[in-house]
Amino acid sequence: MTEKVLIVDDEKGFLDVLAERMQSRGMEVTTATSAKEALQKLEVETFDAIVLDLMMPEMGGIEALQRIKEKNPDSEVILLTGQPSVSKGVEAMKLGASDFLIKPADINELTEKIKLAKAHRMILVEKKTAKKMKDILRTKGW
Amino acid sequence: MTLWSSFKPAFWDHEDVASGPYKHLFNFRRMWKLAVFSTAAVALAPLIFMTVVDYNVNQQAIESDIYYQTARLVSNTRRSISFFLSERRSALNFIDKDNSYQALGDPLRVTALLENLKKGFGGFTDLGVIDDTGLQHTYVGPYNLAGKNYSDQDWFKELRSGEAHISDVFLGLRQQPHLVVSVKHDLPTGCFYVLRASIDTQQFNDLISEVEVSGKGDIFLVNTEGVLQTASRLFGSTLGRIPVTVPAFSDKTRVLEIKSAGEEFITGYAYISGTPFVLMAVKKKSELLKPWNETRKKLVVFLVLSITTILMVILGVSTYLVNQIHAADHKRVMTLHKVEYANKMASLGRLSAGVAHEINNPLAIINEKAGLIKDLISLRNETAADDKLLGLADSVLASVERCANVTKRLLSFARHMDVRLQPLDIEEILREVLGFLGREAEYRSIEVHVAVNPDVPKIESDRGRLQEIFLNLFNNAFAALGDGGRLDVTARRSDAQSITVNVRDTGCGIAQADLKRIFEPFFSTKTERGGTGLGLSITYGLVQEIGGDISVESQVGQGTEFTIRLPLTLESVRKPKHESPVGG
Repeated sequence: MTEKVLIVDDEKGFLDVLAERMQSRGMEVTTATSAKEALQKLEVETFDAIVLDLMMPEMGGIEALQRIKEKNPDSEVILLTGQPSVSKGVEAMKLGASDFLIKPADINELTEKIKLAKAHRMILVEKKTAKKMKDILRTKGW
Repeated sequence: MTLWSSFKPAFWDHEDVASGPYKHLFNFRRMWKLAVFSTAAVALAPLIFMTVVDYNVNQQAIESDIYYQTARLVSNTRRSISFFLSERRSALNFIDKDNSYQALGDPLRVTALLENLKKGFGGFTDLGVIDDTGLQHTYVGPYNLAGKNYSDQDWFKELRSGEAHISDVFLGLRQQPHLVVSVKHDLPTGCFYVLRASIDTQQFNDLISEVEVSGKGDIFLVNTEGVLQTASRLFGSTLGRIPVTVPAFSDKTRVLEIKSAGEEFITGYAYISGTPFVLMAVKKKSELLKPWNETRKKLVVFLVLSITTILMVILGVSTYLVNQIHAADHKRVMTLHKVEYANKMASLGRLSAGVAHEINNPLAIINEKAGLIKDLISLRNETAADDKLLGLADSVLASVERCANVTKRLLSFARHMDVRLQPLDIEEILREVLGFLGREAEYRSIEVHVAVNPDVPKIESDRGRLQEIFLNLFNNAFAALGDGGRLDVTARRSDAQSITVNVRDTGCGIAQADLKRIFEPFFSTKTERGGTGLGLSITYGLVQEIGGDISVESQVGQGTEFTIRLPLTLESVRKPKHESPVGG
């Protein structure tokens, strides 16, 4: 099963290379060069994981994270930043980020985290599905 | 020198290297000296001046008082003595005028006259009548002096030209000091006769000895040759010689200072007119000045005490004030330095953060591109020639990692610049930090327990540092734990000033030999697995920075427990980075 990933970063050079490498690792990658573009893409599709740069012009990573979480609380967001600081990390974690990585990141670590995020999301989705089933079973009462 | 060093005020050896062009403003020793000397001069000069003036005025007043008293004593006494003598001379004059020459030739009449004189005046011992040839033809008295010729005696010769004569005191036949008063009577024929009477000096002596003389002094009569005419307490009995020269003639009472045998005497004298006598009053100056000396001694003691007190107060106050200024200046310089240092570090922090951030982005691109090259090579699975390329890509990646470490360090340096204190809930921080690791814990089924005792108050500390400390510790614990391990985090209050946080894992534990070195920089047991050996060393530094301490206990195979003690407030433990002002 392939992971569907959205990568958001304002540095196009970084974005393209990363996307290519992820694809070569068997993931389905979509890119966005700004938070706005990412939000637009999120309107039409869902992703297993979203990799978000913390420092972007116009809309920063933290704000984008908030918007994403507002729309879809189940989203798995991994923050990627060039400026590691524990307090920023804590802030992000509080807003519901799944993980926090420091640039330059190891590709293997990133793929690991994405897989982990996906697994987590699967569990959540399964739980939801199970709950729905139960509800259906209870309410319909065949 | 040890005594001095214990009294030496703090500013004494102060050398301000930091005040630059205003250095002269902070020369405390000069400031102190100026304060001490100017205050002392202003305070002591009038005091000493007044004392000296007062001293001189007093001494002059006392001396002139002594002179005046002596002069008065002498002139009073002179008056009594003159009166005494002129009284007797007048008595003789009266007898002389009252009786004719023939009557005076009658011994019976003369005896009656002597009797009357003795009764009326006292002191007369004999009475004689001498004609102008010097022959005493009538004599009444205890000795048989009738017929004695006085013509060759000085006093008789003197009397030829004068009217009356009073002799020196002499012993005479009776071996009794007495003096002789003679009165001349001129006859119309051109001849004359003399009435001569001896007077006992007893009355004379009594008269003088009754006079009280202050200052252990003495009053007596001498003749012009310095032979005592009355007894003297200081210089012996009648007819002895006084050891001082008789002062020169003066018709008025005079007072002199005379030195004799190492002692100073205040001497008042007066020549008694019509007699060979000089009345002298001699007083010991030292005795007279005794009360003044006593006063003077008290004055000097008082002056010395006052000066000492004033000097002590001036020294004390000046030292205190200059010390205060010194302390204030010290604080000022320290504050300036702190501000300067903090500013410098803050700019340095901002600069390094900016640089690190700007470098990190291109570094990320390099990393990814090199990674892509590697990916491409390994995916195509081509042979030989590509091994070299693969090696090149690997070395690029290794260099990127090195750069990344540098920027990471720069960023952490920037973050450590300032300690921002705020009240913090320790449980909140612990949970926040654990949030980072929640996913991993879930994934590896590690049990995490946080137990914060309700008695743990909010502590005043730096949030960022606390987060980093715990993140480092938890990361360490997770690295040590196998899947299915357990991490216990407990917090409790340890005493009035601090709380204690325990982080205990059930991991692999640390060997006893390694425990001691665990906080040393670059000590790592996982160097092969990419550990830098800095984690715990940084943690240790961070704990120190916020005034706490950290200790570790471990058993191999059982687990490790870190104990962190944190102060409730930083005030009591935080010390300034620069203790003393330094230049630059």
